[in-house]
This record gives sequence, C-alpha cells and structure tokens, in this order.
Amino acid sequence: MNDWLIGAALAFVVVAATVAVLTRDPARQAVVLAALGLGLAVLFTVLQAPDVALSQLAVGTALTPLLILLTVRKVGRRTADDDRHEEQDEEQR
Amino acid sequence: MTVRARLVMALAAAAVIAAFFAAACTQLPPFGSDLHPYGERAVAAALAHRTANVVSSVNFDIRAFDTLGEESILFGTVLGATLLLRRAPDERRRRPRPGRVLPTTRLFGTLLLPITVVVGVYIVAHGQLSPGGGFQGGVVLATALHLAYVAADHRVLRRLRPLDVLDVTDCTAAASFTLVGLAALAAGGAFLQNMLPLGTFNQITSGGTVPLLNAAVGIEVASGLSVLVAHFLDQAVELEDPDADRSDKEHRPWGSGPTSPPDGS
Repeated sequence: MNDWLIGAALAFVVVAATVAVLTRDPARQAVVLAALGLGLAVLFTVLQAPDVALSQLAVGTALTPLLILLTVRKVGRRTADDDRHEEQDEEQR
Repeated sequence: MTVRARLVMALAAAAVIAAFFAAACTQLPPFGSDLHPYGERAVAAALAHRTANVVSSVNFDIRAFDTLGEESILFGTVLGATLLLRRAPDERRRRPRPGRVLPTTRLFGTLLLPITVVVGVYIVAHGQLSPGGGFQGGVVLATALHLAYVAADHRVLRRLRPLDVLDVTDCTAAASFTLVGLAALAAGGAFLQNMLPLGTFNQITSGGTVPLLNAAVGIEVASGLSVLVAHFLDQAVELEDPDADRSDKEHRPWGSGPTSPPDGS
C-alpha cells in the first residue's frame, strides 16, 4: 500500500514537473508550479517527512506562485505599455 | 567560446558528476529501511534534550548554528528585495481602484483569515512537539494576512499590515536568534548551546531553547515574508513606471492591465 502511494506521488511529481517545464506562459506556469508543490507535499508526507511537507506546501504552493504572478503582472503591464507606445510612435510617423 | 565547445564541456562535466553521484549513492543506506545511522543518533540526542519533534531538535538545538545561517539568508533576501523594489523618485504612486469581489470569495477570506492565523501560531508554538516550527508557521502566518487582499482589496490589506512595524519586528526577531546564542555564551556555555531547563517531555514548555528559537524564527519569517510580498504587491498594483505614463494617462486613468485593447487614440 505504502509503496503504491509513493509510486503514485512520484509519478504525479514527474508529470507535473515536466508540464511545468513545457508550459511557456509564465502565468500558467505559476499555476502548474502550485500543483507541483502540492504533489511534492504529498510525496514528502508519504515518505514520512511532514516537516518538509509543511514547508513545501506553504512556500511551493502558496508563496512562490504568488510572487511569480505579481511579477508577471508588473512586467506584463510594462510590455503592454511599451507595445502601445511603439504603435503610437509609428502612427505619429 | 562557441556553442559547440560549451555543449561539449557541459556534457563532459555532467558525465563526471553523474558517475561520482551514482558511485556515492551505492554507499547510502537502502531506501525505506528501518535502520538509519544518522536517524538513530539524532533521535537519541533529541530524547536526551526532551524534544519530541526530532527535526526541530536537529534544526534548533543540535544544528542551531546552521539555522542561524538560514535565517540570515532569509533576512538578507528580504533586505535585498526591499532595496531593489523600493519606490524610485520618478515612480508615481496611484490609488488602485477597488476591485469587485465575489461574495463567496469575501466570505471565504473572512472566515479563513482568523483560522489560518491560529493555525500559523499553533504550528510555531508546537514546533518542538509536532511537525512544523518557526519557518512553516511563519509562512502560514504571512500567507494568512494576504487572504485580506483576496477577500477585499489592497487598502484593507495595508490597514491590516503596518509595514513600519513589520520592518522593525523582522529585524528584532532576526537579532534575537543571535541574542539567545550569546546568552548561552554569557551563561558559560557554547554559542547557541541549549542551557535552559529542559522541562517535561512532550509538554509545550519542553526543549529548553527550542521553543524560544522557534518563536524568533516564526516572527522573523512571518514579518519578513509579509514585507517581501508587500513590496511585490506595491510594484504590481500601486507603482507606475515613469516611462509608462509618458503619454495619454487621462484616457485610461488606472487599472488597464495587459489585456486591455489599445484604444488607438
């Protein structure tokens, strides 16, 4: 039973990590990263490391995706503004 | 250096590391076995110091000096991020328009905020007894505060989280870890040696300095991460780039995200 749990958690982590690498859009990647963090937390729990699982849950599932999303929002707004300015500059010419 | 040469060097280095890593792994104790040389010694040392959570005993008693380093890394990270993300003289602060929040989301946040705060304090306070501790509980506390942003908006969060106080709390808590170590030195022991009365096994007051250091780290992590997220939020929500408001600010006062179509004026 325990081996099956470890195997399932490990398989989920491998799949989620691969999906995270293959996702190109950073905002979607943050969500996949949160799912990966959840999978890692489950893996640590079935491997009897609840302390690490708690850290992983709090940092990997909540905090890191939040910081990534905030950064994406900031950077995305700036590039959107830049695109607009370029368009306007072209129009003015 | 050409791309090809770099690739060859990287592959050669990877092969060497893979070979030594595989050779080292064969010497490890087998996976999932009952016997573990380090585990046995750590459990014995933790029981001798009447700390029920062996991981906390390792982190805050046996290897407390390592944890001082980790805590300082986090402190330095928060300090560096604060310095980088501070408001530049040419950045403008704008008042974000309060967003519409679904009533269910508001209910969810309002109910969960106090519960999460209690869970965070519990995890910090019971670090010496059950899984968890200062770091885990501190992160839970920091995320709990930000449920206010999910449930309401940035203004409510700012009222809930006095940033000046958190800055001072962060520094004080980070320094108090070192002060606990120096107190042991002054009492005639080694730096960070567990000199306090150890208490009764499996009671909340057991473990000597472990609960104290847990509390210091918990407060430091909670306030440090709140400050960190606060600066990220400020940058993402409130601060305007100088070159972003070069032109027609009047046409779209605030809140037009990257998805808003250009109005072509």
